[in-house]
Amino acid sequence: MPEYQENSIVQKIDRLAETLYRLTLRAPLIAAAARPGQFVMATCGPTLDPLLRRPFSIHRCSGPETIQLLIRVIGRGTELLARCRPGESVSLIGPLGRGFRLPAPTTPVCLVGGGIGIAPLLFWADRLDAPERCAVLLGSRTGEELTELTAAFSQLGCRVETATDDGSLGHHGLVIDLLIPHLTTVSKVYACGPHPMLAAVAAACRSARVPCEVSLEAHMACGLGACLGCTVPGADGRYLHVCKNGPVMAAEEVAWNR
Amino acid sequence: MEPVTAAPDLSVSLGPLALANPVLTASGTFGYAAEFAQLVPLSRLGGVVVKGISLAPRSGNPPPRIVETPCGMLNAIGLENVGVERFISDKMPFLRTCGCRVLVNILGDSVEDYATLAAKLTGVAGIHGLEVNISCPNVKKGGVAFGTVPEMAAAVTRAVKAATDLPVIVKLSPNVTDIVAMAHAVATAGADALSLINTLIGMAIDARTRRPKLGNVIGGLSGPAIKPIALRMVWQVAAAVDIPVIGIGGIGTAEDAIEFLLAGATAVQVGTANFYNPAAAGEIVAGIEDYLRQQGESSVRAIIGSLRLEA
Ligand SMILES: Cc1cc2nc3c(=O)[nH]c(=O)nc-3n(C[C@H](O)[C@H](O)[C@H](O)COP(=O)(O)OP(=O)(O)OC[C@H]3O[C@@H](n4cnc5c(N)ncnc54)[C@H](O)[C@@H]3O)c2cc1C
Ligand SMILES: Cc1cc2nc3c(=O)[nH]c(=O)nc-3n(C[C@H](O)[C@H](O)[C@H](O)COP(=O)(O)O)c2cc1C
Ligand code: FES
Repeated sequence: MPEYQENSIVQKIDRLAETLYRLTLRAPLIAAAARPGQFVMATCGPTLDPLLRRPFSIHRCSGPETIQLLIRVIGRGTELLARCRPGESVSLIGPLGRGFRLPAPTTPVCLVGGGIGIAPLLFWADRLDAPERCAVLLGSRTGEELTELTAAFSQLGCRVETATDDGSLGHHGLVIDLLIPHLTTVSKVYACGPHPMLAAVAAACRSARVPCEVSLEAHMACGLGACLGCTVPGADGRYLHVCKNGPVMAAEEVAWNR
Repeated sequence: MEPVTAAPDLSVSLGPLALANPVLTASGTFGYAAEFAQLVPLSRLGGVVVKGISLAPRSGNPPPRIVETPCGMLNAIGLENVGVERFISDKMPFLRTCGCRVLVNILGDSVEDYATLAAKLTGVAGIHGLEVNISCPNVKKGGVAFGTVPEMAAAVTRAVKAATDLPVIVKLSPNVTDIVAMAHAVATAGADALSLINTLIGMAIDARTRRPKLGNVIGGLSGPAIKPIALRMVWQVAAAVDIPVIGIGGIGTAEDAIEFLLAGATAVQVGTANFYNPAAAGEIVAGIEDYLRQQGESSVRAIIGSLRLEA
């Protein structure tokens, strides 16, 4: 699969919520090659501090030559990215890693996203053959974070349900509560979010015998399979490398209890 | 000085090993080269040093293995690698096609391990030299790193030299009181060249959780933060031994690389920079060429060790 080091140009930056930004970047090579679930390694600033690139899921290919990133500001790198202005350039390497595996066209599926884990799911919903057979379950701390995102999934024709920690939108509680009733009708679940959420989704799917793919996170130096830094324990006792074996993996490949 | 119009000669020799240019990639930061093949024109590099190889495969340390630090990073990968057999069967076929020199970094738990590895790699088509990582614990000597005791480092060097006719580069650890004593010991034991530095042992703590940030608690510091230390060590060692020295540590630009050449390095290795800028090694080759033109030098060899100390 092709990979590029590309100087993208910031076209637009939208602030969706207090600490949530959407960057629209012109990156023709990466946009043409990207598949849902893949990620890019982005340089966050012009200096050697912060030194390393940061991994971000491709949120959407919003045009033939542009990609979008959904960015939650949590530290120095994401802070710098959120301060980019249109016209500035951001060096990207991508598209990287293994994305979601396509379901059969007639399969009803469920996408489960928690917090910033919602990012890769929009690109995935956009590429599904039958978005109307897709239930999208989104969880977040507050409703403010979900307004724009819910609208984007709805526009694709997906059925969206929401859960918030503060009850300000949809179900007052966890997104896993929304998943349980769907497990009798869907044939595949795709999930991305914080580790405890993924562990709960994986466990629920296992007991309902529904296949499940999860997108994982790990600290990364290269994103290319070279540094061997991005390990998570695998179910077979060996280490998995998130940037090469994933970030999307079958839930049963992962050792959830460790 | 008159600008030179003909392309400057970038070739250098590490003892018996001739390189088209002095820029190599450092072990553990460039995988087995295939990982970078789409991003880097490999044939433009002087060579690649592959991830350290041991006799048996190793699974490495528990995560987290990587922590960013100011202008640097700590890693505690734990020498994860596929082992020598799979390296030869699975990784060498691609490496033979990459169009540059291939050096294999080796590591072991005992002097015998190093010798066995050297013997197994000798005669494998496409391998141009060995780099011996002596920053590993000697299991038979209570886990003291080979590279911190001159006699142990010399013993590994002699054993590897006896087991192979490939050029042997010994990679020094900076975690010692006297780097020159280590360099002397290894040079006297027959090393064809030296490379330095490996990572400096460091640590990072999360004050909020009161936990170490690395699964292994301690790890190796690399990147621009270590460059002044590396430069100083290369300068001291190059002045003290009469075998070629390869400079490593925080090199990310042609200017960084040139500083090491001026300090006495015959070649350089680019490490952590491959992560934040995969194009770095190629840019450094081009940048050294530009510098030589600007300085009116027809060969890179003319600038090696040409640091001006007088006022
Ligand atoms: C495959 C993948 C996809 C991701 N997709 C997105 C996305 O679409 N949107 C988004 O906002 N975030 C995403 N993340 C998380 C994002 O990479 C981190 O939030 C970001 O690296 C934090 O950088 P910082 O400098 O702001 O934080 P700091 O905490 O200052 O970063 C310090 C170091 O820790 C690393 N780090 C910190 N948190 C994480 C984390 N959760 N995952 C990996 N590395 C981390 C940083 O990369 C950096 O090396 C993704 C992570 C992975 C692995
Ligand atoms: C992730 C990582 C893995 C490394 N693995 C090895 C290794 O297997 N063998 C070795 O001799 N050095 C290894 N090193 C050390 C580098 O080759 C190099 O000596 C060091 O990083 C300093 O150079 P730099 O500052 O340019 O990175 C590793 C370094 C890093 C960052
Ligand atoms: S991030 Fe370097 S191997 Fe995965």
